[in-house]
Amino acid sequence: MSAARRPRIGDGPLFRAGLLAAVLLVTALVIGGPLVVIFVEALKLGWGAYFANLTTPDTRHAIWLTVATALIAVPINVAFGIAAAWAIAKFEFRGKGLLTALVELPFSISPIVAGVAYLFVYGAQGWFGPTLDALGIKVMFAYPAIVLASLFVTAPFVAREILPLMQAQGSSEEEAALSLGASGWRTLWSVTLPNIRWALLYGAVLTNARVMGEFGAVSVVSGSIRGVTNTLPLQIELLYQDYNAAGAFAAATVLAGIALLTILAKLIVERFSSRDA
Amino acid sequence: MHRSVLPGFRLAMGCTLLYVGVIVLLPLAALLWQAADLGWARFVAVVTGERALAAFRVTVLSALGATAFNAVFGLALAWVLARYAFPGKRLLDALVDVPFALPTAVAGIALTALFAANGWYGQVLAPLGITVAYAPLGIMAAMAFTSIPFVVRSVQPVLEDLTSEVEEAAETLGAGQWRIFASVVFPAIFPAFLAGCSLAFARSLGEFGAVIFIAGNQPFRTEIVALLVFIRLEEYDYAAAAAIASVLLAAAFVMLLVVNAIQLWHLRYLRGAS
Repeated sequence: MSAARRPRIGDGPLFRAGLLAAVLLVTALVIGGPLVVIFVEALKLGWGAYFANLTTPDTRHAIWLTVATALIAVPINVAFGIAAAWAIAKFEFRGKGLLTALVELPFSISPIVAGVAYLFVYGAQGWFGPTLDALGIKVMFAYPAIVLASLFVTAPFVAREILPLMQAQGSSEEEAALSLGASGWRTLWSVTLPNIRWALLYGAVLTNARVMGEFGAVSVVSGSIRGVTNTLPLQIELLYQDYNAAGAFAAATVLAGIALLTILAKLIVERFSSRDA
Repeated sequence: MHRSVLPGFRLAMGCTLLYVGVIVLLPLAALLWQAADLGWARFVAVVTGERALAAFRVTVLSALGATAFNAVFGLALAWVLARYAFPGKRLLDALVDVPFALPTAVAGIALTALFAANGWYGQVLAPLGITVAYAPLGIMAAMAFTSIPFVVRSVQPVLEDLTSEVEEAAETLGAGQWRIFASVVFPAIFPAFLAGCSLAFARSLGEFGAVIFIAGNQPFRTEIVALLVFIRLEEYDYAAAAAIASVLLAAAFVMLLVVNAIQLWHLRYLRGAS
């Protein structure tokens, strides 16, 4: 470290104070304001009303359905993320760039487009809809469609977090483990996964937050049947349109809380991974 | 083809291809199939219909406005986070992630509550004659909120990696601060800045959840493309929904290509610099 840090451009006290004040003010208005108003609106009628709103049967069912969706979708996309990152990071093959782009593709696609696309596969007028219907299997406007749409929108999240790390780490540790006689699965379990554990954990947390909060794609494929296929974000919309703002904001505090926990997880993961490095 | 002693290539590759095929490509193919089924003439008629064109215009203009806001605000935020030390910096850095972590429906009702005529912001803006909620400005506000992190997170790491030597060299040559920023610093961060702006614009084009609560959703005035797709579905006009959705999909592909081209350009720039 050099002893005295020379001032750089933009370090003039007046400019620095002005820019800092402007950024802090705008951040408070555009990010802080929305965050605070959720809790203020939810608690407007007091804590009693808040808890009553949270425990209405429809909202309780929506919370349950949202958790049930995440319980299936998150593990599947964690497994997919590991498989994709293993193939892309540890091997050389033609078309690697294309495969990486395909894995990241859902990130760029509007959730509405994703929902409509699923409708044309599993809906009544879709490719498999009539066959599934004849077999008595209900996919569209039911739990399976909610899970499928959630899988689509969150497919890239784990791979995006762990892929750069696995590429940077290379394969020498895995090669050492294999040369010592460890099996492939053993190597994955005791060498690769421990090396990427924090990024993997954060990827899973991000996936979970997005699954629980997904609105556009799920609203197309779920049919929004009250008390049956309404996830928490859809329940918020329903309550809001029923002019039950307090109920909508009460449900919103649950998702806002999950969002804040996700950001907290990121801070913790960053701290631990910099300690590991 | 793969030179590696590690096992599991075929298994990992097989699972990845199968999953991408079933979860990502199959639905997109079905959507394009449905749109193609319409035939070219009817496809064009649907996507250039008066209401569709109005929706495209509202969406693109709002996305441009939102991106312009984030170009300025995002650059300022990245600068503050990369260059200054101040109490609460970690909190500010964490707050940048809020728009990504917060579900869009939650953001939508929160922004609507703030900008409604009796809301905290609406009360201040109403006497000035500015209406945000249920107006075109509301769409812009929602798009701007959900795409805040893109420019910040693209530019911040590049700014942090920038060494002081080039600035000092420019200074010894007698360049003023603005001159140094314009001719030394900004060119270095420009590819990342442009990539961040493109990502923010692409996200804004497809945004649905945050917008529909605050937009008012009047056809021709405050109806975005994603909502028009949804409305066509509810009218059981699946062909029109497929056609309009495939335009959104094509826009997403174009933006993806643009971002990739910018990143390639940036890599070449970095190699040229070293």
